[in-house]
Amino acid sequence: MTVPIQCRHDETFVLNLGPQHPATHGVLRVKLTMDGEYIVKAEPVLGYIHRMHEKMAEDGNFAQFMPNTARMDYLHALAYNHGYCLAVERAAGIEVPERAEYIRVITVEMNRLTSHILWWAAFLLDLGGFSPLLYAFDDREHLLDLLERVTGSRLTYCYFRFGGVYNDIDDEFITGTHAFIKRLRSRMPRLYHDLVTGNIILQKRLKGIGLLTEEQCRRFGCTGPVARGSGINYDVRKNEPYSVYPELDFDVPVYTEGDSMARYMVRMDEMEQSMRIIEQALDKLPDGPIKAKVPKILKPAAGDYWASVETARGDLGMRLVCDGGKNPYRLKLRSPTFCNLSSFAEVAEGMILADALAYMGSLDLVIPEIDR
Amino acid sequence: MSEYWNDVFGGAKSLVVGLSITAREFFKPVVTEQYPWFVPEMTENFRGHIELVGNEKTGKPKCIVCGMCQRSCPSGCISLAGKKPEGEKKKALTKYHLDFTTCSLCGTCIESCNFGAIQFSKDYNLASTRKEDYIFDLLKRLEEQG
Amino acid sequence: MDTSIWRPILYLIGFMAFAGLNAAYLGWCERKGAARIQRRTGPMEVGFQGLLQPLADGLKLMSKQLLVPDGVDGILYRAAPILAMIPALTSMAVIPFAGNVQARAVELSVLLLFALASIGMMAVLLGGWASGNKYSLIAAARSVSQNLAYEIPMLVTVITIVMLTGSMNLEDIVLHQQGGFWNWNIFPLVNHSIAQAIIMPVSFIIFFICSVAETNRAPFDMAEAESELIAGHMTEYGSMGFGLFMMGEYLNMVVGACLITILFLGGWDCPFGLFPGVWWFLIKIYILLFTVIWIRWTYPRTQIYKLLNLSWKILIPFSLANLLMTAAFIKIF
Repeated sequence: MTVPIQCRHDETFVLNLGPQHPATHGVLRVKLTMDGEYIVKAEPVLGYIHRMHEKMAEDGNFAQFMPNTARMDYLHALAYNHGYCLAVERAAGIEVPERAEYIRVITVEMNRLTSHILWWAAFLLDLGGFSPLLYAFDDREHLLDLLERVTGSRLTYCYFRFGGVYNDIDDEFITGTHAFIKRLRSRMPRLYHDLVTGNIILQKRLKGIGLLTEEQCRRFGCTGPVARGSGINYDVRKNEPYSVYPELDFDVPVYTEGDSMARYMVRMDEMEQSMRIIEQALDKLPDGPIKAKVPKILKPAAGDYWASVETARGDLGMRLVCDGGKNPYRLKLRSPTFCNLSSFAEVAEGMILADALAYMGSLDLVIPEIDR
Repeated sequence: MSEYWNDVFGGAKSLVVGLSITAREFFKPVVTEQYPWFVPEMTENFRGHIELVGNEKTGKPKCIVCGMCQRSCPSGCISLAGKKPEGEKKKALTKYHLDFTTCSLCGTCIESCNFGAIQFSKDYNLASTRKEDYIFDLLKRLEEQG
Repeated sequence: MDTSIWRPILYLIGFMAFAGLNAAYLGWCERKGAARIQRRTGPMEVGFQGLLQPLADGLKLMSKQLLVPDGVDGILYRAAPILAMIPALTSMAVIPFAGNVQARAVELSVLLLFALASIGMMAVLLGGWASGNKYSLIAAARSVSQNLAYEIPMLVTVITIVMLTGSMNLEDIVLHQQGGFWNWNIFPLVNHSIAQAIIMPVSFIIFFICSVAETNRAPFDMAEAESELIAGHMTEYGSMGFGLFMMGEYLNMVVGACLITILFLGGWDCPFGLFPGVWWFLIKIYILLFTVIWIRWTYPRTQIYKLLNLSWKILIPFSLANLLMTAAFIKIF
């Protein structure tokens, strides 16, 4: 319900949203020119948590960049692990054992679940609902416990290795994961959908608000749930399959409305799909080694390599340029949130502040990933 | 008009459903852990900061001062030194410092070690107001453990 | 007419204590209630079950420096927190807690209460304006439009009650509902027609929603919407200035609950005609207060235009229809 407004420029004021603001989830700053409650112009200001990750990659050898990958998108760290491993494995021509591939898919999807659950919680917090946050954290805690058992850490995982993974999963992990999926499926309809999705206040705040058209999506390069909420059926797992995703049966939820509710529903449906993927992968899990034999210091042949994976926020691209040395020559990251955020300035124009923040929440921003 | 009534009655129903859900949660047991009173055990794979592994018999560190961990560390937080004691063939460790302020617990050092001389500790109760408290002298720590 | 000057003074001291305790312990109840709904424990460390927590919080707030930022309107900035407390405290004077427990019997006490409630809004307006902060300014503007919108259905609903009772005196309104829950205004089965018994619950719900909105409580907490406006009108306040705003909010809740109890739930009347007295009044207001807390921790926040739509498109038409129907029934039967 964006109302076209005629504003008189002598009556506008500038509102500095952030870098410290409860709704920006980090250090994003948005310079808003406001006419009362309406936003006349929005200008995201980035760079407050720029840490030169791309430069740091050039500084050390290939393995030494591994811990950095987890620190960009801290909510879906394993997808970044995966993307970087894929790029380096393509460069060095490393074959990954099948069991390792399955473990990767299982853990990445579990991490996607934690990311979506946390997004849901934080989004509700943006909308002023506090209790869902803690119900979501209750679920997320179980997932983190499971992931901690295999990866050794809870948030910034450094679990994948070139040619495999760091630890094997055990039976306790498998039974625990099955139990968790059962638990989440039993809680989903009540605590997630009855309490929140069906709530009239939430429906009124999300339906028809924050319209992002398909054309805008393509222009800004939006990917992930944001694009799928606008009717673009694009998922790297299906369109450019990697790892063992082609062997697993899952759907890509697509909604055509393009409003905040559509993006919300895409993520809610994706949680169910992730659970399906995990279940199938656990059933198909083959025996075998979890790590290929890889020299400690890699020296891939000179060349230009690309790997892209689907993170919880969209298409993550890693462009790795090698010059034959033991350090990457250049590592360029194409982070999904950066493109998703760039649509904010155009979409937020003419919105009222509360709706714009709801729109921002529905983009699922992770600021360190934008700034890198 | 039907949309209007739908909003009024459907909306009211959704609000009542929401209230009934939170009311049921109200009477369910607490799920949080009371942290300072109840300290959770870390799992086997938990990655705390690194610590030296002692030889089972002598209690001396297994480390042979090859410096692989130091070289593999992405953040350069390990500094170690060793010298040959009189009449022995191998070097013995004299200093092993971990600068925990820059450590990212990636475990690259442990993987680079061919002798199993370092491992993850299970410590996570780390809090201090001074930076110097995080320059760990791991050799001293090993002696205290032994 | 009571001429003794001591009666109001004694009551004043009593109300101050009542207000202070309520403001402090409603905060505790809110934290505990929220914690239970979210399956946490809430405050546990200070005293048994954290019962001394409000005391510790109060001490902390009082020992903090009263910071006045640059560029604020000095007088209004200091006056606003006080203004948040005064109307709520003053309203207590005319509330009949039980048969003879009332500081001052005023003939037009309903009118007085609503006049004071409107002054309460001034605190948010002045605090928001004087802070010189843009977020606070937006909060001030929001709170004015919100309060204006919600006073209308509230007053229209009160007129229905006044028409039924024939008095604007709160005590008379309560006395009119004596003798068991079937006489209460929320569900009047005996003294009125059956049609009235259908209309009044709707009035009750309208009034309840309006009083939640009037007291700026979630899901209508537009003025302090923490994820949009940081803390709204309280952004620039620290120490006891902030403390007074908080206390004012809880006191407004108490006054609102008292009003609902008197207008709809029979005041100090017992549901079954047993032991009428002040305890029934207290039980009723705490049930209402808990409901308000329960609502806060269940729903997400509305958006300012949706909120105004709710008032103008749903509550006001419904309350006007109620008013007309009530008038018709009074005339007919």
